[in-house]
Amino acid sequence: MATRLIRAVVGLALTSAVLSIIIFRLSSPLAAVFELSVCSGLISVIFLTTISFTERVSQERLASRKAERFGRFWLLPFIIVICGAILSVIKFRIDFSLPRAIIDTDVRNIIWHLRHADLLGQVLILLAGAFAVVILFKEPKKDER
Amino acid sequence: MNGDIGAIFWVFNIFVILLSIAGAYCILMTFNLIRTLLGLEILIKASTLLIIVAGYLTHQTGLAQAMVITLIVIEVVIMVVAGGIILSLFRHYKTIDTRQLNQLKG
Repeated sequence: MATRLIRAVVGLALTSAVLSIIIFRLSSPLAAVFELSVCSGLISVIFLTTISFTERVSQERLASRKAERFGRFWLLPFIIVICGAILSVIKFRIDFSLPRAIIDTDVRNIIWHLRHADLLGQVLILLAGAFAVVILFKEPKKDER
Repeated sequence: MNGDIGAIFWVFNIFVILLSIAGAYCILMTFNLIRTLLGLEILIKASTLLIIVAGYLTHQTGLAQAMVITLIVIEVVIMVVAGGIILSLFRHYKTIDTRQLNQLKG
């Protein structure tokens, strides 16, 4: 399997784990659990499965592209410096001192009473994803081959 | 803006901006479809962090958590379907390099 891709997937899983700690510290424990179990676990498994079913690039092609592999990163420091300069010039005037919200802070009440349309959307999206996977991995019939 | 809230917002906002730049750069500069998906994941992480920080600062953590849970469900479905599309492309073309997936051009 492609070692560099696996390293990238492990890095993404570690990023998710760190993000889940930050989310937990920001007093959102349920979202932190979802982030840790789903994003750090399930999505890494999906990525590793996809990588294991594909083939790594041949050594000849890898050697021919070695120069351009690092050449694509020269623009990144300039973009970060430009974004930092823009942010230091522009002063955002976002007022977060809103009045205390009447909305309940219990996530269970919000999901089941306030945002119940989201639940319907989640079910529809999961069904669409399941049908898409069935169609994508459908074996062709013998006369269609 | 309240001083403490503004300071908290900017500390996390720097990380959100860095994650967004990394994800967008990864999507734009790579030719490997799996790396493109990894870049999309990093972008989704940035938006997750932004929603949670906004919920924390406005004292609406419950609402932010509900939205993040919805976002995570959508994220998983996108990753599964995109992974299936990548595998189908690999079976058909024997490559996932976007420079060689040019059959739909013209």
